[in-house]
Amino acid sequence: MKHINQTRRDLVKGAGAVGILGTAAFAGGCASVGGSAKPKVVVVGGGFGGATAAKYIAMWSERKIDVTLVERGDQFISCPMSNLVVGGSSTLDKISVAYGGLDKYGVRRVKGEAVGFDATKKTLSLADGTTLPYDRLILSPGIDFMYEALPGLATGEAKSRVLAAWKAGPETVALRNQLTAMKDGGVYAIHIPKAPYRCPPGPYERACQVAWYFQQAKPKSKVLILDANEDVVSKKGLFTKAWNGQYKGIIEYRNNQEITDVDARTLSLKMAFGDDVKADVLNVLPPMRAGNIAAMNGLNNSNKRWCQIDWLTYESTAVPGVHILGDSLQIAPAMPKSGHMANQHGKVCAAAVIELLTGGQVNQTPMVANTCYSFIDDKNVVHVASVHRYDAAQKTMVTVQGAGGLSAEQNALEGVYANSWAKNIWADMLA
Amino acid sequence: MKLASLSRAALVVASIIAFASPSAQTAAPAADKNLARNLAANCANCHGTGGKSVAEVPSLAGAPANVTIQKMKDYRDGKLPATIMHQLAKGYTDEQIALIADYFAKQPK
Repeated sequence: MKHINQTRRDLVKGAGAVGILGTAAFAGGCASVGGSAKPKVVVVGGGFGGATAAKYIAMWSERKIDVTLVERGDQFISCPMSNLVVGGSSTLDKISVAYGGLDKYGVRRVKGEAVGFDATKKTLSLADGTTLPYDRLILSPGIDFMYEALPGLATGEAKSRVLAAWKAGPETVALRNQLTAMKDGGVYAIHIPKAPYRCPPGPYERACQVAWYFQQAKPKSKVLILDANEDVVSKKGLFTKAWNGQYKGIIEYRNNQEITDVDARTLSLKMAFGDDVKADVLNVLPPMRAGNIAAMNGLNNSNKRWCQIDWLTYESTAVPGVHILGDSLQIAPAMPKSGHMANQHGKVCAAAVIELLTGGQVNQTPMVANTCYSFIDDKNVVHVASVHRYDAAQKTMVTVQGAGGLSAEQNALEGVYANSWAKNIWADMLA
Repeated sequence: MKLASLSRAALVVASIIAFASPSAQTAAPAADKNLARNLAANCANCHGTGGKSVAEVPSLAGAPANVTIQKMKDYRDGKLPATIMHQLAKGYTDEQIALIADYFAKQPK
């Protein structure tokens, strides 16, 4: 596969151009082994951050940089829109996208699980023993769960009874199946950990989607939101309006609901204060931290949970040559852990990495924007938006004053735009 | 001295001086040849890579720059009804909007 791509690329570029590049790189003494003198970028994680970075480096550098994307899955499955699968108005197939669209940019795809890297030798190690050399490594590993905080979920069996379903895929369908199997008159409870966690409005959207399903199929059933936070973390006014409106009597919201453990056998939560809470379908989002490859290799230098970076390049402040994107980051003020944000990180990082590898000037004034749509039912949607600029004095991203905001109220036009957003952002990453 | 007669190295020096001067605001775009491309990439999530939408939200690729600039200003000033663009348009300066509009005008439809 690699050799076929290499041959095609060389033919396209022309032997002369390759020769000149090769000579220059060898003269500089920084050529990597393997016959190609192009700088090498290896990207880990084919989600919103990683796939975008891989595509944009290949596209913007016009293949002057070799890009390899390491991804363990067979296809991309989107977390945004996955609550519609839980609610029953969409399917896993509709939120899945193939990786093959990246081939036309010259991105080499490697299926595998990245487990570690050697920052001195500049190699990435995969679980199957493969090592991949890099000049710059980009990690976009999303989140992993801090199950150590919930001993009752230690076993695989416990995790399958009390699902998180916070990484779209088989668990999304499994949660849907638990809901369809539940008797009418049952209780679905979702526990939300203290912020920060992936997708701030996501749990509240999920509660709405389950309530929408109950309204139609199981009208005697209830949705219980148990939030460890002091208050609704995102889109509070818009969600509470729905809970007190179309979902009145179905959704109950409780704040300050910290848990000490989960009993998977009885489907109950051990509360920090008060009696256990039992449910018929129990959905627990465990506390989250940076994805394993980042957390296990010393990149999680913020509270041992998240990764700090230079916001101009997304390079780790812990390990040089390694860049980090997306939900694994110690996020800037008022910047959500969202797929949209990770896609924007991917482009700023892509532009910076190209400049770093080709001797250009890194953009000193990067901008990113965020848009999060949440479905209240199968058609009506609310959004939150923000625009962020780099602040050179504070060396972080700050929100642009006066920009951004929320929907005035849920509406069907934004339902159309939310579906359109999904198609365009998936294409922006993968097509 | 004509710009065209400046060597590439001299341009870089000129940019550095411009950055250090109080009028850096206007000089910054000229200093970074990819700034317009990088800013326009903010829009791709909803309007498609290079401004080519694959869904209901309109494409920006190939749109005349003056049309895009006027729309952004009208969104910002509340003259054009919107679900979200009135909030996002407020996030960008006139200079940034002009760079973005110019970039999309040059993209193939």
